[in-house]
Amino acid sequence: MLAAVLSGFCLAALVPWLQPRLGARAGWLFALLPAGLTAYFATFLPAVAAGETFRVSYPWVPGLDLELAFYLDGLALLFALLISGIGALVTLYASDYLAGDARQPRFYVLILAFMASMLGLVLSDNLIALFIFWELTSITSYLLIGYDHEAAFARRAALQGLVVTVGGGLALLAGFLLLGTVGGSYTLTELLQHGEAIRAHDYYLPLLLLVLAGAFTKSAQVPFHFWLPNAMAAPTPVSAYLHSATMVKAGVYLLARLHPALGGTEAWILLCSLFGGVTMLTGAYLAVRSTGIKWVLAYSTVMALGTLTMLAGIGTEKAMIAFGAFLLGHSLYKGALFLVAGALDHEAGTKDILEMGGLRRAMPITAVLAAVSALSLAGLPPLFGFIGKELMLGAVLNAPFLAPLLTAMAVATGALVVAAAGAVAVRPFFGPPARTPKTPHEAPWGMLAGPALLSALSLLFGLAPGLPGEGLISATAASLAGEPVHAHLALWHGLNLPLALSALAVAAGVLLYSQWGRVRGAMNRLEALDARGPEAGYERLMAATTRLAERLTRILQNGYLRSYITTTVLTLVGLVGYTLLTRYEGGFAGGLDVRFYEWVIAGLLVAAALFACSTRSRLGAVASVGVVGFAVALFFILFSAPDLSITQILVETLTVILLVLVLFKLPDFMSFSTPRQRLRDGAVAGLLGVLVTALLLIAVHYQFAEPISAYHLAKSVPLAHGHNVVNVIIVDYRALDTLGEIFVVALAAIGVYAMIKYPGGPGHRTDEDESAV
Amino acid sequence: MMQPGSLILSTMTRLLLPLQLLFSVFMLLRGHDLPGGGFIAGLVASAGFILYLFAFGVAATQALLRIDPREIAGAGLTLAVLSALPALLYGDPVFTAQWWHPSLPLIGEIKLSSPLLFDIGVYLTVIGSMLTIVISLAEAEE
Repeated sequence: MLAAVLSGFCLAALVPWLQPRLGARAGWLFALLPAGLTAYFATFLPAVAAGETFRVSYPWVPGLDLELAFYLDGLALLFALLISGIGALVTLYASDYLAGDARQPRFYVLILAFMASMLGLVLSDNLIALFIFWELTSITSYLLIGYDHEAAFARRAALQGLVVTVGGGLALLAGFLLLGTVGGSYTLTELLQHGEAIRAHDYYLPLLLLVLAGAFTKSAQVPFHFWLPNAMAAPTPVSAYLHSATMVKAGVYLLARLHPALGGTEAWILLCSLFGGVTMLTGAYLAVRSTGIKWVLAYSTVMALGTLTMLAGIGTEKAMIAFGAFLLGHSLYKGALFLVAGALDHEAGTKDILEMGGLRRAMPITAVLAAVSALSLAGLPPLFGFIGKELMLGAVLNAPFLAPLLTAMAVATGALVVAAAGAVAVRPFFGPPARTPKTPHEAPWGMLAGPALLSALSLLFGLAPGLPGEGLISATAASLAGEPVHAHLALWHGLNLPLALSALAVAAGVLLYSQWGRVRGAMNRLEALDARGPEAGYERLMAATTRLAERLTRILQNGYLRSYITTTVLTLVGLVGYTLLTRYEGGFAGGLDVRFYEWVIAGLLVAAALFACSTRSRLGAVASVGVVGFAVALFFILFSAPDLSITQILVETLTVILLVLVLFKLPDFMSFSTPRQRLRDGAVAGLLGVLVTALLLIAVHYQFAEPISAYHLAKSVPLAHGHNVVNVIIVDYRALDTLGEIFVVALAAIGVYAMIKYPGGPGHRTDEDESAV
Repeated sequence: MMQPGSLILSTMTRLLLPLQLLFSVFMLLRGHDLPGGGFIAGLVASAGFILYLFAFGVAATQALLRIDPREIAGAGLTLAVLSALPALLYGDPVFTAQWWHPSLPLIGEIKLSSPLLFDIGVYLTVIGSMLTIVISLAEAEE
C-alpha cells in the first residue's frame, strides 16, 4: 500500500525526464499508473464488502513515535477508487485537451503528485500524516489553479484557494493536536474506538470547531464557498478532478472519517446539518444564476458538498447510506459533466452557455453523454443520481433536528438543480445553432472515453443499484457508523413521501428552466448583495493584511543600519537587564586579580575606542579601531589562547586592508548627526557596555555546571589524537558548527560579490560618480 | 589607490608569497597539535595573495590563481561536507572522526584523518571567500 501511495510521487518526479522522450502520447502512458492503481484497489472490493479492514504501518520517524500507517476500509476504498479511477480518465483526457501545450510536463507532474497526496490523505491512519497529505493537496491545487500563471486572474484565484484552504488547515492542525491530546493517540483507528471519552471531554467543543473549520474551508462550505468557483481558472481536467471529484471532498471525507469519534452530539448535528443545508441551497441558487458552464458546475459542486456535509451531520443510518450513494453518484456525473464542458470549450471555443446552441448536430456523442450525466445530476430515474437523491430526501425527512427546515431546503435545492442541469445539458445542444468562436466538431476519442465511461457507470449503477450498494456503499456507511450497516439500494421504493417530493422538485425545476432567462434576471437584481458577501470580506481582509505588513515593514525595516543596531541593543539590554534586576540575587565577583600590565592594555583599549569615536580623520578612525583589535589580541595572548590571538591579529590586518580598499569609495568624512543624536547613541552604547560588564562579572562569580573544558582537555588526545584543544573543538568536537560557520563565511563573500558586481536600485553608482571621486 | 609597479614591493612580494603559502600549509598541518589550523592558515594564505594583489594588480593575481576564488570557496565547502561522510561507511554518526595510518616508503607512517580533510576544507573556504571579497573590491576600484 505504501508503494501505491508513493508510486504517484515517483512517476511525477520522472515526468520531466520522460515526457520529451515519449512525445505527444505520453499522457496515455502516464494514465496507466492510476489505471493500475484502480485495478489494485479493486482487488480489495470483495474483502471490504465482506466487512474486512486492512491496516499496514511502517516506522517513519521512530524518535518521535511517528509511523506511516495506512488503513483501508469502505470509506477509504470508495475514495481510493474514485481518486485513481477518475485520475486515470483525467490523465488520458489531458493528453488531448492540452495537446501542443508546452507546459504539459508541469501538468502531469502536478496532477500525479496531487493524486498521490490525495491517496495518502484518504488512506492515512495517522493524524499527522493525514495532515501532511492534506496540505500537499492544497499546495498542488494552488499550483494547478495557477497553471496559466501568466494570467492575473488565475494567480489571484490560486492564491485565494490557497489562503482559504491553508487557513482552514491551520485550524485543522490545532484541532488535530487537541484531538491527539484528548484521545491519547494520533492513530485514527485508536481514536475511533474512544469516541465517548472524546465527546465527553471539556475540550470537545473547541476541538470540534477547529476540525470543522478545516473541513468546511476545504469543502467550500458557506461562507468559504467563494474560492471554489474561482478555482475554475484551472484547466478543465483539473476542475473535473480536484475541484469536483476529489480534493474538495477531502473535507467531507474528514467529517465522515471522524464521525464515529466526534459525531452524534447536538453540536455536531446542528453545525454540520445547518452549514451543509445552507451551503446546499446557496450552491444550487448560484448555479442557476451563472451562465459560464464551468461556474454552473462549480456551484452545483458546492451544492453537492453541502448535501454531503448535511448528511454527515444528520448521522442516522439512512443518512450514512445516502452519504455513500450521493458521494459516488456525484463523482460520476460531475466528473463526466466537467469533461463534457472541457470538450465544448475545446471544440466550440466558448465557456458561456448563452453563446452555445444546437451543438447536438456537430457533437452528437458529447450531447448524449451530457444528457445522461445531467439527468443523473437532476436526480431523474433510471440514473444513479436519482437513487442518491431519494435516499437523501428519506434521510432529511427523518433527521433528528430541524427536519422540516432541512426538507424544505432539500426540495428547493432539487428544483434549482433540475434547472441547472437543463442549463448544462439542454441549452448548449438544442435549439437554434449559435455562432460559436470555433467551428464545432466532435472531440477526439481520448476526450470522450472519460465522460463515456463515467456516464455509463451512472446508468449501470442506476439500473443495478445492488452492484455498488451491497458492497461498497454498505461498507462506506459502516465506516461512518463505526459498526456494520447493510444498505439495500433500489431504483423503486414504492410510492412514498420522498418520491412525491422529488416529483414536486422536478416539476418546479422544469418550470424554472423554461423561464431561465427571467429567473436569472430576477436573481441578478440581488447581485448587489455580493458586495457584502464573504468574498468581499476576504478581499478586505487581504487588503488590510497588506496594509498592516506595509506599515510594520516601514517601522521595522527602515533601511537605517543605526536604527537596527539601536533596536537590537536596546531589546537585548531591556530583556537581559530586566531579568538581571528582577531575578538575580547573588553578588558580583569582587577582588579580581588584575595585574599592572593588564590595566595598561585595558587603558589602551579604552583610549583607542574613545579616539575612534571622536576623531575627525577617517584614516585615524580605521587605525584606532585596529588598535582596539590588536589590544584584544594581546589579551588573548596574556590568557594563553595563542590560536585566538593569531586569528585576531590576522583578521585585524585583513580588516584594515579591506577598510583601506573601501576608504576611497566613501564620500568625504562628514558629521551627519547632531550632538543630541550622538549623546543618545553614546547612551545606548554605554548601556550595552554596562550590561556586558555586569554579565561577565556574574559569569565569573557563578558556576552553574561543571565546565566542559575539563572533559575536552582530558579526551582531546585519546579520542581525537590532537594536542591543540582549540583546533580539536573546531574540526572534531563541534565540526557541524564549524561547517555552518564556513558556509556563512562563503555566503558573506558571495553577498559582497553580488553587491559589487550587480549594483542596482536608487544607490546605483554611475560612471559619473566614479570620476567625481 | 595603490600603484602597481613599486619595485621594492614587487621584489619583496615575489620572495614573500611562496614563503607565506608554505607557512600557511605548515600552520594548517600542525594545527591539530600546536597553534594553527584551517582558519589561521587560510588567513595567512589570503594575506599573501592580497599582498601580491597590491603589488601586481587584479589581472596578475587572477592569472596567478588560475581558478576563480569563488570556486575555491565552493571546493572548500564541498570538501568539508565530504569529510562528514567516511563516518557513515564505518557505521558511525555523521562527522565522527576517522583515522587512517598508511605507511609510505621512505617517509614512514603518516596520519590521515577526516578532521584533516575538514580542516583543508575550512582552509580553502577562507581563502576563497577572502579573495572573492578583496578581488571584487579591488576590481571596483580599478
